[in-house]
Amino acid sequence: MIEYFISGPGSAYTRLVIYLVAFMAFVGLNAAYLVLAERKGAGWFQRRPGPNEAGPAGILQPIADGIKLIAKQVFVPPGVDGILFRLAPALVLMPAFMCLATIPYAETIYGRNINVGLLMVFSFGSITVFCLMLGGWASRNKYAVISAARVVSQNIAYEIPMLLVVLTVLMLTGTMDMQKIVQQQAGGFWNWNILRGVWTLHNPLVPVTFVIFFICMLAETNRAPFDMAEAESELIAGAMTEYSGFSWGLFFMGEYANIVVSCSVATVLFLGGWQSPIGILSGGAWGLIWFFLKLYLVIFTVIWVRWTFPRTQFYGLLNLSWKILIPISLGTLLLSSALIKIL
Amino acid sequence: MSAVAAAKEVLLGFKSLLVGMRITLGQFFSPKITVQYPRETLKMPERFRGHIRLVLDPETGASRCTACKLCERACPSECISVDGVKLEGAKTKSVTEYHLNFTTCSLCGLCVEACPFDAIEFSKTYNAIGVSRSEFDNMDMVRQLAGRREVWLQNHPLPPAAPAMPAATAAPAKSAAPTLPPTPETKTP
Repeated sequence: MIEYFISGPGSAYTRLVIYLVAFMAFVGLNAAYLVLAERKGAGWFQRRPGPNEAGPAGILQPIADGIKLIAKQVFVPPGVDGILFRLAPALVLMPAFMCLATIPYAETIYGRNINVGLLMVFSFGSITVFCLMLGGWASRNKYAVISAARVVSQNIAYEIPMLLVVLTVLMLTGTMDMQKIVQQQAGGFWNWNILRGVWTLHNPLVPVTFVIFFICMLAETNRAPFDMAEAESELIAGAMTEYSGFSWGLFFMGEYANIVVSCSVATVLFLGGWQSPIGILSGGAWGLIWFFLKLYLVIFTVIWVRWTFPRTQFYGLLNLSWKILIPISLGTLLLSSALIKIL
Repeated sequence: MSAVAAAKEVLLGFKSLLVGMRITLGQFFSPKITVQYPRETLKMPERFRGHIRLVLDPETGASRCTACKLCERACPSECISVDGVKLEGAKTKSVTEYHLNFTTCSLCGLCVEACPFDAIEFSKTYNAIGVSRSEFDNMDMVRQLAGRREVWLQNHPLPPAAPAMPAATAAPAKSAAPTLPPTPETKTP
């Protein structure tokens, strides 16, 4: 019986259960500490120390925040669509969990390796939008509805350049299997997809592709400067306006989980996943260390961008996508396909 | 707009984004300038204008005020009231009453300008708080000076013999001023 679940055909299920528990812990802790990192980052970028009262250097701040959120009442305002209103925060974490299961954290550490893993990540990634829209729509609040509409149009606008640049990279890799994509990038940082296309001449514009991917990633996760969905100065808290207590906290966790998913995909696709940047110190636990080092470097950049740029206007956001990002990504796609055909 | 101009504009815009990010990263690694207020406070600059107070003459440990009432007359808000007595053997009067109604004071500084003896100055008190109006509409500067004299006496163990202090000034201060918490001056940014 035990044999069946450890080494037998049941080991796949064991793996899934372990990863489900581990991811729940990881997503929760990660969300809590990314909030702290964000607040610390905001402070440091403004030459403040950030939260520093709870515990040494403020490291207990997330616990205080968590207790506060749990202790607060989950208020359901009169007139809302009760079922959808409660369903939305419950659903918002689901896509992120599904995506995290396919991401290879190290050579042997992954929830489930699927040969179309990337496709799955992007298909589930777009479901997050529906959860936000559901919450906004069910809230019976004009700000929330405006926010819901913005989320949808923003995500439609940015899904296209996102998928176009991913296509460009997929033409280089030739597979959607994330583990294989990482294995292709072995050897050193010059073999990572962000640079490999340049010197193999298959896609000299691959750094541009990465920049477009990064911008789209910010827009898809509703991060500043594209946080139109939660534009505090205009829409109070957007789709989360009517949420309180831990249902609001779940939206927040969902946002940070999505950041982790997006940054993980960026790491896997462009920055070599768990591969060492210099070729040595690879394998085993090193893979995990490199992966998380790269992941949190990308997340730091996300925070850095947030505290550098002001929020764009909504038409500016859509103009950027339709008039700049989509033409450029189409151009790189054409160039890349032509070069791969010729060379 | 031609395609070249459009491409140039996009590149220029992207470059400006990178410049902005470089600047914020510079700030990220710069020293923090926050003053952890209750634990550390800023040193007020030389020209800071708190409420006025009597100058404690570092030589004598007493006030230089001769109760000439020029400040009282200079005050456009009539918030100062001074009184003094001529003591035996002294050449000038000594101040016995110096009351400031800080609720009407506009900190214009005309009293400080008017004083011929440099006997009043601006204090560096910026965090004066009170729970009732009475704590500010009749601030007793003579008593406040007596409080500072206590500190002065600790550094000058031998009280100077020269001018005898008026009774009110020499009386031990119950508290310098109940409304004015001490401001530890520790950190200069």
